[in-house]
Amino acid sequence: MTRDWPGIAAAASVAALIAGPVLAVLWFAGGGALPGPGDWAAVRFTLLQATLSAGLSVALAVPVARALARRQFAGRRVLITLLGAPFILPVIVAVLGLLAVFGRSGVLNLGLGWLGLPPVQIYGLHGVVLAHVFFNLPLATRILLQGWQQIPAERFRLAASLGLGPAQVARILERPMLRATVPGALLVIFAICLSSFAVALTLGGGPRATTVELAIYQAFRFDFDLGRAAVLALIQTGLVGAAALAALRVSRGDGLGAGMDRALRRWDANSLALRVQDATVLTLAALFLLVPLSMIVIKGLAGLPHMPNSVYSALIVSVCVSLLSMSLTMLLTLTMGLAALRHGWIEAIGLLGVAMSPLVLGTGLFILINPWLNPSSLALPVTALANALAALPFALRVVLPALRRAEHDFGPLADGLGMAGWARLRWLYLPRARPALGFAAGLSAALSMGDLGVITLFADPQQATLPLQMYRLMGAYRMEAAAGAGLLLLAASLAIFWTFDKGGRSDADA
Amino acid sequence: MLTLEQLRITQGDFSLTADFSVPQGARLALIGPSGAGKSTLLNLIAGYLEPTAGRVLWQGRDITGQPPGQRPVSMLFQDNNHFPHLSVAQNIGLGLRPDLRLSAAQHEQVAQALSRVGLDGLGGRKPGTLSGGQQSRAALARVLVQRRALVLLDEPFSALGPALKAEMLDLVAALVTETGATLLMVSHDPDDARRIAPLASVVADGTVSAPMDTETLLATPPAALRAYLGA
Repeated sequence: MTRDWPGIAAAASVAALIAGPVLAVLWFAGGGALPGPGDWAAVRFTLLQATLSAGLSVALAVPVARALARRQFAGRRVLITLLGAPFILPVIVAVLGLLAVFGRSGVLNLGLGWLGLPPVQIYGLHGVVLAHVFFNLPLATRILLQGWQQIPAERFRLAASLGLGPAQVARILERPMLRATVPGALLVIFAICLSSFAVALTLGGGPRATTVELAIYQAFRFDFDLGRAAVLALIQTGLVGAAALAALRVSRGDGLGAGMDRALRRWDANSLALRVQDATVLTLAALFLLVPLSMIVIKGLAGLPHMPNSVYSALIVSVCVSLLSMSLTMLLTLTMGLAALRHGWIEAIGLLGVAMSPLVLGTGLFILINPWLNPSSLALPVTALANALAALPFALRVVLPALRRAEHDFGPLADGLGMAGWARLRWLYLPRARPALGFAAGLSAALSMGDLGVITLFADPQQATLPLQMYRLMGAYRMEAAAGAGLLLLAASLAIFWTFDKGGRSDADA
Repeated sequence: MLTLEQLRITQGDFSLTADFSVPQGARLALIGPSGAGKSTLLNLIAGYLEPTAGRVLWQGRDITGQPPGQRPVSMLFQDNNHFPHLSVAQNIGLGLRPDLRLSAAQHEQVAQALSRVGLDGLGGRKPGTLSGGQQSRAALARVLVQRRALVLLDEPFSALGPALKAEMLDLVAALVTETGATLLMVSHDPDDARRIAPLASVVADGTVSAPMDTETLLATPPAALRAYLGA
């Protein structure tokens, strides 16, 4: 047994930190106006882009996941690892990569110009959807691939012994799995896209492409209309909360699971046509992911010499915020995870963060802090806190199963030896959950490192995290310097993830 | 003396009662069909299960409400008797101090226990690198350093071959004789019971019979045991 009070205290703090700002907003909105036409337009756009993004991501993911599930080839593991990269790829960096491919003077328009065709425009609805598909196609693919791999290998063997062709295998084995998996994937991605801020900030904007999250920011930053921000924040909380709850109910996998590089022997898809089809699908998917990523590297290398010194100080700030946020996430994850072994409701509180909109949290904290202190003096701690709360659900979902397994397998032995409190933590839970803890720490540090959210509300011109500094460079049309900063940010995010993940795995000989 | 006083546990359709004593230093085998409740009885004595009614007493002292670690009990399970991330010596050391802050004398005790079970020099290895027989020996080394008055075996050697299993049972018999501990072991095989347990109880039809002489019991088995043994 370990003591439960640290976990219960942590859960209570998390609940207070999530509910407090919302209540502050609610109280403040009491004096606010009813939503105006602009606000409703933001709601409509938010729902439209989220629906399109989720639908397209999942529809495109079906052939990709199917091809990955039934093919073995050199580079398959690398491709699956690459599909996990968007988890830790900073949004603003990805946007820069997409701009380099699909932007006004991007690779695509260069090619179209050569062919004498008119250029395409990336800003607006289709740009927002494009970026969301870039991020969520890999996520959808991983979720569906998990579904495919949960079909027991024996079923495919049985299908082969019965001589079933691809169409029958699809009907008997694959479609039932998809019917069970697709709704969850759709809802998860819909919920993610609802609260997307950085994509809308960079590729959207204007009356016709403003999300609710972006409208909160504008009401706050440009008009300093706290009443309107509060009304929008209420709407956003309702939207995201409903979608997240539905997603939690329906979803089965979250794409974080391991074991996806297991190869599965298949007998039903050997025809040349199907092999060509799968090869084409996988090539296109890999190109869609790899070309923007390569552009980040190419343009970034060229931009490195053009970076102002402010980029380096922003990097230091970002590393500190990221480490602080990660420590907080892991403290909450560990205390709440251990208490959740005996009190299931604690896990539910940890997952509440999924329904939290960072800008709503930011608005609420601003309202709470403003009467007492200059909010910008707390910009960095508040950013770290918001990042920690946002990462907590992911970290818990990674760590809790490992703790449960440790307790299930070795709890009786530890009980018999009288291992309680610190001894049990030190000699049972920490070593058994170490790989999961390392992965969760890496994930949470990288998420915080790349986040461009709450910081935009709080920061004054003298301070910036690296993503914010990059955004400011883009806003000043210093694209070369922004590209250099983007590469630096990407490298820093990957490095910090790798360091912690590796730390958890080393010496894992048991 | 271990006393099970009107002990009863009910779990859904399943129920088990026991009401008898085992003398100190005795070696008792629990024989009966699977699912009859042999492991359940050990888990009740070790404190992993709460009885629905009745008490468990050791030397007249009620231990029913005590957590497993505070009972005078060493128990070996079917599997997971070692933490795979700790060395063999650490696993044994946990029997002396759950926080592993061992004194020099305690380190020496661990080394002697390793030597006693024939694992000299293997203390630094991880359990996963040992053979099945060596893992069993390491588990017994921990029982040895724990020096608890009651040793409960829930078929820890069932994965070993017949010769190795017999060797382990002999080692168990030697160790409990040395420490004076009372032994209760679950057994599927009457030969195991004959080998090291002079006393035996039948676990069948929801009750545990009072201990009696093993040879007599196996020679003239009651109906429930006869059906199980197929004699």
